[in-house]
Amino acid sequence: MIIASLFFYLFAAITVAAAFMVISARNPVHSVLFLILAFFNSAGLFVLLGAEFVAMILVIVYVGAVAVLFLFVVMMLDIDFSELREGMLQYLPIGVTIGAILLIELFMVFGSWVIAPETAGFAASPTPPIDRITNTEAIGQLLYTKYVYLFQAAGMVLLIAMIGAIVLTLRHKEGVKRQVVADQVARTPAGVQLKDVKPGQGL
Amino acid sequence: MADTLWSYALTVLIIAAQSVVLLVSLLVIIAFLLLADRKIWAAVQMRRGPNVVGPFGLLQSFADLMKFVFKEVVIPAGANKGVFLIAPLVTCILALSAWAVVPVAEGWVIADINVGILYLFAISSLGVYGVIMGGWASNSKYPFLGALRSAAQMVSYEVSIGFVIITVLLCVGSLNLTDIVKAQEGEWGVLGWFFIPLFPMFVVFFISALAETNRPPFDLPEAESELVAGFMVEYSSTPYLLFMLGEYVSIVMMCSLITILFLGGWLPPFPIVPFTWVPDIGWFLIKVCFVFFMFAMVKAMVPRYRYDQLMRLGWKVFLPLSLFWVALTAGVLVAFDWAP
Repeated sequence: MIIASLFFYLFAAITVAAAFMVISARNPVHSVLFLILAFFNSAGLFVLLGAEFVAMILVIVYVGAVAVLFLFVVMMLDIDFSELREGMLQYLPIGVTIGAILLIELFMVFGSWVIAPETAGFAASPTPPIDRITNTEAIGQLLYTKYVYLFQAAGMVLLIAMIGAIVLTLRHKEGVKRQVVADQVARTPAGVQLKDVKPGQGL
Repeated sequence: MADTLWSYALTVLIIAAQSVVLLVSLLVIIAFLLLADRKIWAAVQMRRGPNVVGPFGLLQSFADLMKFVFKEVVIPAGANKGVFLIAPLVTCILALSAWAVVPVAEGWVIADINVGILYLFAISSLGVYGVIMGGWASNSKYPFLGALRSAAQMVSYEVSIGFVIITVLLCVGSLNLTDIVKAQEGEWGVLGWFFIPLFPMFVVFFISALAETNRPPFDLPEAESELVAGFMVEYSSTPYLLFMLGEYVSIVMMCSLITILFLGGWLPPFPIVPFTWVPDIGWFLIKVCFVFFMFAMVKAMVPRYRYDQLMRLGWKVFLPLSLFWVALTAGVLVAFDWAP
């Protein structure tokens, strides 16, 4: 247990420090790299909880895919750092407001467990104990049996969002030459015309 | 209190010793596989390949190691120094850390975790960071282009790798790598391995593994005819060595992943006498070397893809095909009640 708590404080400290560096680093690429470090350490916290499936999915989805795209975009930005500093005071009030709202909500959720202990029952997961069944199976049973309709609905929302994003950004250009592999494969020697091009003349 | 600390220390020591043994033998094997790669490449092109250092050039990789280590580390003036030096370390450490969960024989695994295959998938999807960080931190054109190419390429091929892994998992019913190998065990030997029923997925996985490890014909991030050496242009000496090492460690990692998922891991091709004399680890090594030979032959024979062809193959061919096979496999397993 001592080792577990040591690792908890290690992961927690690095997560908080990295999260702080995300907003205070001068270079936006460094911010994204610190964000990745924060993701990675929160995956470590999930492993300590015994939720190894969630930990691995966090790494695969957030670190392996989402953060790569973040980094991709941020790398290509041409940023004037002094301009970025100036906007700080302008955005401070709204940032503080959102942060305060989130903090109050967290206090309300956890505070209610102290004030009215019976509400903690809502949060307790209806999963079987961890020594009988691996948490991958437990998540599967929950998602695909008990909450299958909600899960499908979430999938539909994502699908529609994806189609929407494609429709909004799709541009049809005129006169673009595209490679049609089927046409190339189906071409026979009869349809090919050989031309003897003289140097300096062109076709 | 003291007793618990001692037992912890003992466990940590045992794991550390196992890791050292695994890493040392892995690196020695990779030194010779690197030589084999160059020799096969040379043989296809009717050259001799490296043949000067040691008998048949066997010590070439070790000579290269010495050369890399004793050269000066050059950091470009405009480079982002910290990220520039962290990038090769990230590549190398991630590639090596994947080996913690690979079972090379029955019970010969450092961490036999429940979600082993997910761990490997996660670690291999992180390999792109070394490339992106190195390309960006070099603060130069060609490395940056290499990094951009790599980011899109690796994210595209991870999708089909994920679907292939899901098909295998459907047939196994476990995310544990040892269980995946054991599911292929049976009295029919080679006929029970997954590459027969899931042959299209085997091909998709093989090609995606080439793309995921930046091997030719998908070596666009370091295409020497267009980008000099891509993301590695500004690197020299030990950092370059770490990039190369990380690349080859992850190639061998992919070879052993193909072995575990499709070629029955450490299992002999037929569970009868002359085959069972070879130890488990021997079969594993033979299979990994065979897959690596195929990697090397592809490198020697196939011309490099164009970038739009690479994207077309990933998104328009492999993604629908692997998605279809996930549905088909799941359907067959449910219809015949074969699901484990």
